[in-house]
Amino acid sequence: MRVGHRIGLTLIAASVVAMYGCGQKEEPKKAAEAVAPAAAPAAPADEAVTVTIGSAGPLTGEIAHLGKDNDNGVRLAIDQANDKHLKIGGKLVKFTVDSQDDQADPKLGPTIAQKYCDEKAAGVVGHLNSGVTIPASAVYHQCGLPMISGSATNPKLTEQGFNDIFRVVGRDDQQGPAVAEYLKSLNVKKVAVVDDATAYGEGLANAVADTLKAQGITVDAREKTTDKATDFKAILTKIKGRAPDAVFYGGMDATGGPMLRQARELGIKAVFAFGDGACTDTMPKLGGDKNVEGMICSQAGLPVVAASKSFLDAYKAKYNVDPIIYAPFTYDAANLLIAAMVKADSTDPAKYLPDLQKISYDGATGHIEFDDKGDRKNAEITIFRMVNDKLDPIAVVKGGKSVKFADFMKLAAASAPAEAAPAAAAPAGSMKEEPKK
Amino acid sequence: MDTFIQQLVNGVTLGSVYAIVALGYTMVYGIIQLINFAHGDVVMIGAMVAYSVIAVLVGAHVSLPPLAIVVIATLFAIPVCMAVGYALERVAYRPLRNAPRLAPLITAIGLSIVLENIALIIWGRAPLPYPQIIETVTYRLTSHPDGATITNVQVAIIGISIVMMAGLLVLIYRTKIGVAMRATAQNAQVAGLMGIDVNRVISITFIIGSGLAAVAGVMDGSYYGVAHYQMGFILGLKAFTAAVLGGIGNLGGAMLGGLLLGVIESLGAGYVGEFTNLCHLSGWSHALALRCVSDPHLALFGSNYQDVFAFVVLILVLVFRPSGLLGERVSDRA
Amino acid sequence: MHAFFDTRGRPALVWAGLALVAAALIALPWVLAGIGTAWVRITNLAVLYCFLALGLNIVVGFAGLLDLGYIAFYGVGAYVYALLASPQFGIHLPFWVILPLGALLACIFGMLLGAPTLKLRGDYLAIVTLGFGEIVRIFLNNLSTPFNLTNGPQGITLIDPFRLDGFSFAGTQHVFGQALTSPIKYYYFLVIVLLLVIVVNVRLQNSRIGRAWEAIREDEVAARAMGINTRNMKLLAYAMGASFGGIAGGMFSAMQGFISPESFVLVESIMVLSMVVLGGMGNVFGVVVGALMLSYIPEVLRYTVGPAQMAVFGRTLIDPEVFRMLLFGLALVLMMLFRPAGIVPSALRKRELEQVPADVG
Repeated sequence: MRVGHRIGLTLIAASVVAMYGCGQKEEPKKAAEAVAPAAAPAAPADEAVTVTIGSAGPLTGEIAHLGKDNDNGVRLAIDQANDKHLKIGGKLVKFTVDSQDDQADPKLGPTIAQKYCDEKAAGVVGHLNSGVTIPASAVYHQCGLPMISGSATNPKLTEQGFNDIFRVVGRDDQQGPAVAEYLKSLNVKKVAVVDDATAYGEGLANAVADTLKAQGITVDAREKTTDKATDFKAILTKIKGRAPDAVFYGGMDATGGPMLRQARELGIKAVFAFGDGACTDTMPKLGGDKNVEGMICSQAGLPVVAASKSFLDAYKAKYNVDPIIYAPFTYDAANLLIAAMVKADSTDPAKYLPDLQKISYDGATGHIEFDDKGDRKNAEITIFRMVNDKLDPIAVVKGGKSVKFADFMKLAAASAPAEAAPAAAAPAGSMKEEPKK
Repeated sequence: MDTFIQQLVNGVTLGSVYAIVALGYTMVYGIIQLINFAHGDVVMIGAMVAYSVIAVLVGAHVSLPPLAIVVIATLFAIPVCMAVGYALERVAYRPLRNAPRLAPLITAIGLSIVLENIALIIWGRAPLPYPQIIETVTYRLTSHPDGATITNVQVAIIGISIVMMAGLLVLIYRTKIGVAMRATAQNAQVAGLMGIDVNRVISITFIIGSGLAAVAGVMDGSYYGVAHYQMGFILGLKAFTAAVLGGIGNLGGAMLGGLLLGVIESLGAGYVGEFTNLCHLSGWSHALALRCVSDPHLALFGSNYQDVFAFVVLILVLVFRPSGLLGERVSDRA
Repeated sequence: MHAFFDTRGRPALVWAGLALVAAALIALPWVLAGIGTAWVRITNLAVLYCFLALGLNIVVGFAGLLDLGYIAFYGVGAYVYALLASPQFGIHLPFWVILPLGALLACIFGMLLGAPTLKLRGDYLAIVTLGFGEIVRIFLNNLSTPFNLTNGPQGITLIDPFRLDGFSFAGTQHVFGQALTSPIKYYYFLVIVLLLVIVVNVRLQNSRIGRAWEAIREDEVAARAMGINTRNMKLLAYAMGASFGGIAGGMFSAMQGFISPESFVLVESIMVLSMVVLGGMGNVFGVVVGALMLSYIPEVLRYTVGPAQMAVFGRTLIDPEVFRMLLFGLALVLMMLFRPAGIVPSALRKRELEQVPADVG
């Protein structure tokens, strides 16, 4: 548990600068308990090999909470792996996480990527934003460092022809059509599509709008706001004038919640649909309980509830909060790196990369295999509905077909009973140390 | 017509929030010609402090009416913001009063970063859902059942900003400290010779501006239902634009600028898309006509240019009136 | 500063000094690469910021026109490069064609900004330039509809690196058994251009034009009375400052390989302005120092804050990245408090500061 945070990263042999403390508790009082057993550089280098996994995302700035969530996912995976005392290449391996703050700033992407290359990190999970991940990916590719993003959804990331860049999250052009597909099954005739003018929001909203149009559904308003806006009444009033049956918003919960609230205040009765950015448990608080009731949203992969209860429990036990959005994905990403290393029996990126490319793994977000580009093969997209402040999975869209969630679970249970047991996610013993507050 | 009225209501409410924040900018600017870039962050601190107080009171199940809780929270936030404002002035601005003009601008930016990160440490990174304890009541403005509406919160925001503006005018024109402020604004050196404690007057200006910021923070948080440690930046930017639009240093100008900016943003986002609809030109181009079949609202500029409209109006106003709409009445400076 | 380049007095000494500096600049990337190639990248970004700061210094430092939208020109330059050297339109022009084009377009934008703002002063100018910067960014972000020019927030990928006759700046070559990595190649290019830019700036400052700017900065009315065409001189300042930004943008595009409007936000403008003011407005070397400091401080803190907390408290009290930004903000405040005219103030400012009577505002 807290052990992992407190470990000052051990020195990477020749590098003087790579030393990095990576504690990460928000509240000092929480940090106060738990004296890190491993904090002292006790383990002599010959006993355990230290393997660094990079975890990059915005830890300050507008979406820092999501960056932290991603980082938590990675750290959970690494702590669990360390508890298993894995042996790779005949040597005991101790994984450490090097968290770097990219501030969601594209120009910092390559710099941080280079830092990981310099300190010979074994693999990287990150970055959060596509805008940062894309320029960084060139550097990762150049130095042959495998990177798995748990949240970058821009299709272009994996269209660059880099064989060491992966993502476990669905692409905009997988998720968008799935949402549109589901909206169509609700028999809507007119839809308004809004986005937050970010790469994520726009990409997703465009995918939704295009699919809707292709299916003969009218996209009657195509509006934009920004990810920093708080007042949406102007565009909502315009939308109200068009009286759509449904409104899709491509953006995060921080804007999606208030938007939904303002829409209801204006008397818009349309169904609201969101992508994974606003598919969070904070929506009822941000949007108001009665406003969010019945909203629809999508998440790439299988809902964690279905795929891995053990992940949810472990996360909650370790951080005392629920994962926000992408933590299960970064958790899977880190586990994929480790699983590939174990399989190749090497932490050398060049050696384990082939195993990573053809990996077949059951993670917290469902079954993961990569296609040639590094995207998730046959990614399932789950559609949720908000019922009594809880996100309730109602359908799974796979390969353009929407299946009711209950049916899907029956099918899954029949075909692969082991689906729900992630291979590398055995409950970690250290979790019990979590003090109850 | 209903849509138009609704857009006006939206714009005026938004503008009222801008106006209150703009008053803080304009007061400080009027007196020492300094852009207090950290003012937006004082607003944020106000919203955050009030958030914590409300959360505590609600959590403790205090049996108070919701309105009282919000008022108590505001009363907590005001002194905190005043203290922050006073500290800013003492620590960062006063030592630089004779420095090159841009030096205080940089300290202001530095302080803005410091305040934001302190707030991050205290209140965390996630956007905080502002407790919606005041029940929203919606009033219909027209006879149409689905027509324009106004909520009690909107009415309150517009009302409070008018009251605060009036109070400020009384303070500036009817009290002793107000005279001292106007004197300092006109000529600090001479004011000093006349026995006015210039430093004290400047401190008081900062304190009043920060008090207004606290109220604006609570209003913003309650209206939009969300607070974030970086919320001050955009709000501050818009308010600063509003202050300049009206004529910076002029109280009435700040109010007018704020309202105008709010209305321009609303109407701009609401109507420019219609005016620049390319499908009216379908007769001219076959390719265009084809696209308009699937996309009847294909516009050159839409709501995506919402922030552009405000800046374009600002630039146009300044080209024709280089010191803002009401900027020339120098004696009005606070 | 002028004396530094004036080799007439003591040629031997000055040439020896220059040789030393040159040797240091040539050796620097290899030393840095020894510590970590990341530092070479950080240095490259720092040099880019030097361009930006020097360009802005022409507007703010020399001519005294406050500009909060400077990053727009950087964006224009970056997008010109990206559009003319990427699969976006399938155009792949060589960099020595695009960089001047980018500079030219940025220059035109500079005049576009300058024209309506000629009458404005001080803070009115600040907000108009700020608005201009935002307008450019919003357009870059939205020109994907109705006609796709910039690809909107998705940005432009696979931008060509610099290429000279088959020699690509991307990838690694081996020279004398040493790995000549992409950042090192860009470093040399950047430093050569930087030296040129510095020379241009220093010469500019002491030219007729430079003195005209100085006169406008000190007293516009008096300057006009002396027969200076203030309108043209102001426009020239905007145009020249903007073209430096345009060149820097082109280089940024090539180095990144991907650009999106997120890189050209207001905060960047503010950062560049901070560099100019912090270093010492109007002093070319001061501005370079300011740019280098503000580029390096956050990165040095990135490497030191975590371990330092561990060493002092034995555990991490505040997240390193939060603490880092906190220290950065404090550093801005403290540096300004102790050196209000900048770290290396211009001679004129120093004189002014000493003479200025206690005058509020």
